[in-house]
Amino acid sequence: MGIDWSLLALSPPGWGGVLLRGLVTSLEIAGGGYALGLAIGVGGAFGKLYGGPVTRDLLECYTTAIRAIPELVLIVLIYYAGTDAVNRLAESLGHDAVNINGLVAGIFVIGIVQGAYSTEVLRGAIKAVPFGEIEAARAYGMPSGLLLRRITLPAMLPHAIPGLANLWLIATKDTALLAVVGFTELTMATRQAGGATKDYFLFFCAAGILYLMVTLVSNQIIRVVERRARRGMREV
Amino acid sequence: MSQETAPSPTADRASGHATGAMREAVVELVDVHKSFGQLEVLKGISMTSHVGDVTAIIGASGSGKSTLLRCINMLEIPSSGTVRVHGEEIGLRRNGHGESEIADRRQIQRIRTRLGMVFQSFNLWQHMTLRDNVIEVPIHVLGRKRDEAIRDADALLERVGLFEKRDTFPAYLSGGQQQRAAIARALAINPDVMLFDEPTSALDPELVGEVLTVIRDLASEGRTMILVTHEMSFAREVANRVIFLHQGLVEEEGEPNAIFNHPKSERLQRFIGSIR
Ligand SMILES: Nc1ncnc2c1ncn2[C@@H]1O[C@H](COP(=O)(O)OP(=O)(O)OP(=O)(O)O)[C@@H](O)[C@H]1O
Ligand SMILES: [Mg+2]
Repeated sequence: MGIDWSLLALSPPGWGGVLLRGLVTSLEIAGGGYALGLAIGVGGAFGKLYGGPVTRDLLECYTTAIRAIPELVLIVLIYYAGTDAVNRLAESLGHDAVNINGLVAGIFVIGIVQGAYSTEVLRGAIKAVPFGEIEAARAYGMPSGLLLRRITLPAMLPHAIPGLANLWLIATKDTALLAVVGFTELTMATRQAGGATKDYFLFFCAAGILYLMVTLVSNQIIRVVERRARRGMREV
Repeated sequence: MSQETAPSPTADRASGHATGAMREAVVELVDVHKSFGQLEVLKGISMTSHVGDVTAIIGASGSGKSTLLRCINMLEIPSSGTVRVHGEEIGLRRNGHGESEIADRRQIQRIRTRLGMVFQSFNLWQHMTLRDNVIEVPIHVLGRKRDEAIRDADALLERVGLFEKRDTFPAYLSGGQQQRAAIARALAINPDVMLFDEPTSALDPELVGEVLTVIRDLASEGRTMILVTHEMSFAREVANRVIFLHQGLVEEEGEPNAIFNHPKSERLQRFIGSIR
């Protein structure tokens, strides 16, 4: 059984270009969703640690619900509920139903899911910062915004990185779930290529290798970031 | 050491001890109370520390020494009473639950930059090198220029004997070295008063001396200091005033000679007897 490598050529009739575009889309969604998730996570973690009772309860509902429901279900749910909500809003404001940009919707969906996990990772990491270090900053007159930026966030980073690194890898793979809502990211592109050529095996192997490469490159970057963040820590 | 980091109020301690009333008050506490829930830890403390004073606060464990020191820079908010720094009263108010709180964040942040606190457990920022620890507040809070801050930091680190370690992270240093770095960090804001909370209690015995040497050096240049300590012989040596706390009240205060050699109250006599 010969393998027809020409099917992977970058320009048609090869499908390589389609796959790579799918990969880029996947990475855009993963990157955007991850960043959104981190922003939600920082806010969520501080809200959970220092917020009032109402804030805390709301955040608890959010993190519990998101982490309890399977991601596939969540993605379908948030995607359709989200686009539906936007459309209703547009209608009630007298606009026509808007065509929601798939990329933005994807980032939003992944971001909401990631935000719940980020909140928990960051909350744990912030709690791991010795209170004395925060107190010292206060004792020398540091205002709270500066204290967050200069002391708390960099001090918690080494504790957060393993968890955050995992979340990044999960984000890259969660993008594949967007295929169920008809979104052309890498997995969907692979399925299209397989469907058109009936050479599923070749294309899914190729996609698998692409995902693997993303992980390998990510691991290298994570290692560098982690080494830098842990400079002040003595290895035991 | 450089001029910038020298203390601004250079009182003449050699002749100054007896003339306390003439010198400016740096820290004043008036009838300070502090409760944690039901537990009243400070029961009405009044004290004044003048320019150039080295005040030692002694007393049994749990008598409220740390709490008292932490009320000066509002790491603990007094339940009632007044704290003044250089004559300026720190504004407090009551919140909806009747608890005392800071009235003006800006004011306390400004006043805190006049108070150099040194903690029992050093509390250096672990993600920064020693030099970065020392320049952090001068640059980011006081708005000093980076190169000036570095120059002063290096001079301070040199002074506490850590210039060679300036690019090292705290975790790689001994407790004594960390505490000396923490003293340099506090000195870098050029404070009006140094506040020490048992600076040697977390140290192995062989490391205590190097830290006490640095503090002794500060005392001899006339720096105003308030020092909570269990090192009685050191208190006797460097302090010109000693305050003995007992269960949240000032039981006795005076010159070291009077306190250590002629204690009046029975409790102080017992306390001094117990540590000999
Ligand atoms: N944040 C707090 N919450 C509740 N109780 C506290 C708190 N801080 C201190 N206390 C209590 O207040 C009392 C006085 O504590 P403080 O730390 O001021 O004593 P100390 O004289 O410094 O003792 P030590 O010599 O052991 O350091 C103790 O009974 C302590 O348990
Ligand atoms: Mg104490």
